[in-house]
Amino acid sequence: MAITIPILILAIPLFMFFFLGLFGMKMSHKLAGTLGTLGMGSVLVLSYFTAFQYFFSGLDIFVNEAGDRLQYLVFDQTWLQFTEKLVIKLGFLLDPISAMMLVVITTISFMVHLYSMGYMRDHHGVFEHGFQRFYAFLSLFSFSMLGLVVAPNIFQMYIFWELVGASSYLLIGFYYKKPSAVSASKKAFIVTRFADLGFLIGILTLSWYTGTFNFTELTSVPVEGLAGVTQVNIGTAESIRNIFATSAAPTFMGASVLTWALVLIFMGGMGKSAMMPLHIWLPDAMEGPTPVSALIHAATMVVAGVYLVARLFPLYLMEDSAMIIITVVGALTAFYAAMVACVQVDIKRVLAFSTISQIAFMMVSLGVARPEYHEGLGYMASMFHLFTHAMFKALLFLGAGALIHAIGSNDYTAMHGLRKSMPITHITFLIGCLAIAGIIPFSGFFSKDEILSSCGQYDILVYLWMSLVAGLTAFYMFRLYYLIFWWKEHVTPEGHHAPHDQPWTMTLPLVILAAISCVAGFIPFGNLVTWNGEPYDFMAHFDWSVASISLLVAICGIALATVMYRKENELPAKMRRALPALWTWCYHRFYWDELYQFITHKIIFGLISKPLAWFDRHIIDGTMDSFATLTNKASEAIKPLQSGQIQMYVFYYLIGALLLGGITILCLI
Amino acid sequence: MEITAVYYLIPALIMFCCGVYGFITRKNMIAMLVSLELMLNAVDINFVVFNRFLFPEQMEGMFFALFAIAIAAAETALAIAIIINIFRAAKNIDVRSLNEMKF
Repeated sequence: MAITIPILILAIPLFMFFFLGLFGMKMSHKLAGTLGTLGMGSVLVLSYFTAFQYFFSGLDIFVNEAGDRLQYLVFDQTWLQFTEKLVIKLGFLLDPISAMMLVVITTISFMVHLYSMGYMRDHHGVFEHGFQRFYAFLSLFSFSMLGLVVAPNIFQMYIFWELVGASSYLLIGFYYKKPSAVSASKKAFIVTRFADLGFLIGILTLSWYTGTFNFTELTSVPVEGLAGVTQVNIGTAESIRNIFATSAAPTFMGASVLTWALVLIFMGGMGKSAMMPLHIWLPDAMEGPTPVSALIHAATMVVAGVYLVARLFPLYLMEDSAMIIITVVGALTAFYAAMVACVQVDIKRVLAFSTISQIAFMMVSLGVARPEYHEGLGYMASMFHLFTHAMFKALLFLGAGALIHAIGSNDYTAMHGLRKSMPITHITFLIGCLAIAGIIPFSGFFSKDEILSSCGQYDILVYLWMSLVAGLTAFYMFRLYYLIFWWKEHVTPEGHHAPHDQPWTMTLPLVILAAISCVAGFIPFGNLVTWNGEPYDFMAHFDWSVASISLLVAICGIALATVMYRKENELPAKMRRALPALWTWCYHRFYWDELYQFITHKIIFGLISKPLAWFDRHIIDGTMDSFATLTNKASEAIKPLQSGQIQMYVFYYLIGALLLGGITILCLI
Repeated sequence: MEITAVYYLIPALIMFCCGVYGFITRKNMIAMLVSLELMLNAVDINFVVFNRFLFPEQMEGMFFALFAIAIAAAETALAIAIIINIFRAAKNIDVRSLNEMKF
């Protein structure tokens, strides 16, 4: 496989970032947007070509005789060499999940580029201030995300991990004149940075013991006779575990060091993927422009944590406790986010919590995946859900963006009854809702069903819990849908345009994504993406009993939402009065933000920072200041001696001379 | 009564002390300059006296005194010029009030 295409996949977005960033202001808004979109379009074509080659060309570097998919290191360039062993490389690893992620990222990114051409202007077609900057940042984000998923070593992943964090910060704070956007961007950056501290410690622990950063050396064995080709093998992970077990210090505080390393790495993933308790940044990140929310905070960046766990999946298999932590964190987060999503009134907040909940689904799916259950079905289901979720959640966000653009508000109390005035948005949004709720034959049905059946094989409790969450998902999505498009007839406020469908740049991505959401479920994902590359026919594992139960649960959720929200009625208000405590807690997101506020302001600032600041200001600075004051006082005291009056000097001189003379005389006598 | 060197040196000493006293106490720059001249002249007397009484066959002391007088004249001219300029700038030649450039 030629090396040019992978390099171009990374180089084009980077070039577009510098080009639009440096010269964007010199060109017209339209040209900048078109160039950015075209650049992303070419990356899209190249990525599709690469993924197609990888999955379907059947070359011996991509697939062996048994049909197992291999990992192929396209290039691996030494970037920083600190010592003989500590080398940081930049490379491009092609394997099932990175090829799949290339497709996901470039598809969503291209849709968002196209969509933003329509979204980032007002009703009169005037482009927003900073339009070129927006496209430059989008390109930077695409570059970082692509670099992250193709990273062949964990350090490159960490570098790009921080880069996506930085570009997310820049894009959330795009409306930098709005204080809430600025504080949201800072919150996102600080919370994820805090999580990345754990990630870094995890990386260092892992590589200190194993002596390598490379994923292939951690999880795979080289294939004979082919340079740069490796195959995932559980034996490598076992030997890594033995390295830890036979090392000088195999345990730390009651858990094995490998568990610590894996859990700390997972902590980085928790931060990026907004798992409880590090989820607080994601709802606030909705302050950014809606296309950014679709690209970064729904489809690509937030699944980086899932991707990270999937990358190191064979190692996670070695430590059951780490897997249980992933499952528990995922299950709790999924339920929590679904509960909160049921009562929010901001359309983007509902989608944000829904994203958290769905990513938690993927996490649970990885946590319950074991090779012995249906050949690691959970892993495949997680990646499948990642793929389908990216498509339908981007669709929902872009649809929400179209609504916000038409109405001019995030609050859906201003939006009722839009089904007639915005038909395309209505239909595509409905498809997105059906997909996320898990209705056959939309894509979410297949992926969620596989997640549930792998949960069922792991533990019946996890299965019931996640089914409940799936029901809640259907309920809150259809609550959102009915409140926007039904409930009561729309009344256009005085002085506003009547809402209508948006220009083609905005509706085309909706239609394409809706089409993908309709058919993506039929992709034979088991043939393409599995934890060890070994393909299997997942329809053989398709369990109709699980499927029909989850379908029933979803239909119950939808039916409840239909009863409550289809026509304006008193039922929701009655429910709210019946369970006031539950409603208040959900509405305030279980007071997580307040808890953080309390911990940071009252405990950290009040009890630690303030005394430290006092010590610094009064003891350390005080010592230094008193030196200065002393010197100052002393010089003030002797300053009058230096009067500038020559007669005084002469007088002193005279007295001195007389004294010396007197002393001399006395000595001589 | 023989006139010895001491007869010359004591008036010179008195002159010198007067000069020092005047230089220290007077605040008027002209008066300070006059006191300075007084000290110089006292020193000149000493030169001449020591030359006359200690090395009568040599003339260095005399010449030194002559040089000192010439240099004192030049120095006085210079000092007067400075004082006139100060007076033009500050309308005053009292040394206590000339402290504009002090710290």
